[in-house]
Amino acid sequence: MLIAIDLAMILVKLVLIVIVVMASLLIAMYATYAERKVAAVLQDRRGPNRAGPFGILQPVADGIKLFFKEEIIPNLSSKFLFILGPSMAMLTAIMTSAIVPWGDTIHLFGRDISLQIADVNVGILYVFAVVSMGVYGIMIGSWASNNKYSLMGGLRAASQIISYELAMGITIISLLMVTGTLSLKEMVIQQQQGAWNVFYQPLGFLLFLICAFAECNRTPFDLSEAENELIGGYHTEYSSMKLGFYLFSEYINMFISSVIMSTLFFGGYDVLPFVDESAWGLSQNWMAIIGLAALMIKVVCFLFLFMWVRWTIPRFRYDQLMNLGWRILIPLALLNMLVTGLVVLLKMNHWHF
Amino acid sequence: MGITQILFWFLTVLALASAIVVVTAKSPVYSILALIVTFFSISGHYILMNAQFLAIVNIIVYAGAIMVLFLFVVMLMNLNAASEPSKNRILQFIGLISGGCLFLVILAAFMRSDLANSMVQMNEGNAGLIKNLGKALFNDYVIPFEISSVLFLSAMIGAVLIGKKE
Repeated sequence: MLIAIDLAMILVKLVLIVIVVMASLLIAMYATYAERKVAAVLQDRRGPNRAGPFGILQPVADGIKLFFKEEIIPNLSSKFLFILGPSMAMLTAIMTSAIVPWGDTIHLFGRDISLQIADVNVGILYVFAVVSMGVYGIMIGSWASNNKYSLMGGLRAASQIISYELAMGITIISLLMVTGTLSLKEMVIQQQQGAWNVFYQPLGFLLFLICAFAECNRTPFDLSEAENELIGGYHTEYSSMKLGFYLFSEYINMFISSVIMSTLFFGGYDVLPFVDESAWGLSQNWMAIIGLAALMIKVVCFLFLFMWVRWTIPRFRYDQLMNLGWRILIPLALLNMLVTGLVVLLKMNHWHF
Repeated sequence: MGITQILFWFLTVLALASAIVVVTAKSPVYSILALIVTFFSISGHYILMNAQFLAIVNIIVYAGAIMVLFLFVVMLMNLNAASEPSKNRILQFIGLISGGCLFLVILAAFMRSDLANSMVQMNEGNAGLIKNLGKALFNDYVIPFEISSVLFLSAMIGAVLIGKKE
């Protein structure tokens, strides 16, 4: 045989990739609908209610509208880079989903199928690498627009993402000290057997949450698209579905960071803390499905938090944003890391100095 | 041909092609983007050699941090193809000769070494996994590791001092 490849394995992974990407897109699509409904509830309005029952077809209508809008590419810009920008934003948003353990293994057609596309042993570092790639979509797009206001918006967004990445990285280090593994799957298994990581790292979770808000460019950190001071941020020159990609990648980022937060701090597909689920006597497949449902419930709670904050808290000024990132979050993350290290070392030494 | 070999050839061609684009591209922004592709394909090679930590750190540090800095500088200074200073002919000639000399030296060194006839070991060895790497760093190489940390710290303080000076 010329090419020795396990075809069945590739097929399974391919199906899994397609399902995960489609599900991410679908959930992000309905996150836009949920955002408008939540905003409407908080502002005492009705929200979208014309397309379909309860306005349920509103995201489809929005998508069709974006597709049919005129596509404008600035004359003096590099066309290739102009298209590459939103594509990169979308790609980096979706790529993180590859290492998320969506559930336990299920048994289908005589095969054990793990509900995780790839269990790489550098798991969380992969997430970090992809997050740091996210800057390129914004920077390339803003530069290729050949517009000073776009460039300024892009630089703002990029420096914000880079600043908050640091605090996020230090927070992850203190989490890694507790778990002792980089693999997300192993972290979930540890949390199934012991307590959820949020009980060990409450400050770490809070810092991670704030950084996740900043990384997703959500209010109160949505400086890059502050409508009243900038023209429109880095996507000023974009129209049609390319603008749609930029806006949509924000919702995918929100979904994925909710999943990552649930996995790192809230037990992933673990159903209840301090409860041994294997004592329920359910079959393997049912447990996997219940685990997936539990993960999704946690994710929906996080998504609601994202929206709740957006429609409650006004945005920061730019210097306040930088002060918060560099003068408060990073020292707090460092303190958290030092205390965690001390406690872990003491525990390894059986609480003797 | 196994999947490892297919990936190896794909990554090799990608790395060399993008490296050539880095040198030949007219616009510095395209050069930087091609350099990012080069870093990714080199990371792919690291993964083939089972050095996953090295691969991911290569992406985080080089592609994720240093290249963003390069891109920042190029975009803020607006180094377009038009404003690029025309290079001296003699300078180009000297560069060609010195680059060729370096290539010859590397080639000669590799021809004489023991590695000359051995293939790269794929999918083997676990020296690059994070557990073994950490143990080696903190047991066998503690002093060099700490010295390099102090070096990094002093570089950081220096950067802050330069930034503070108006």
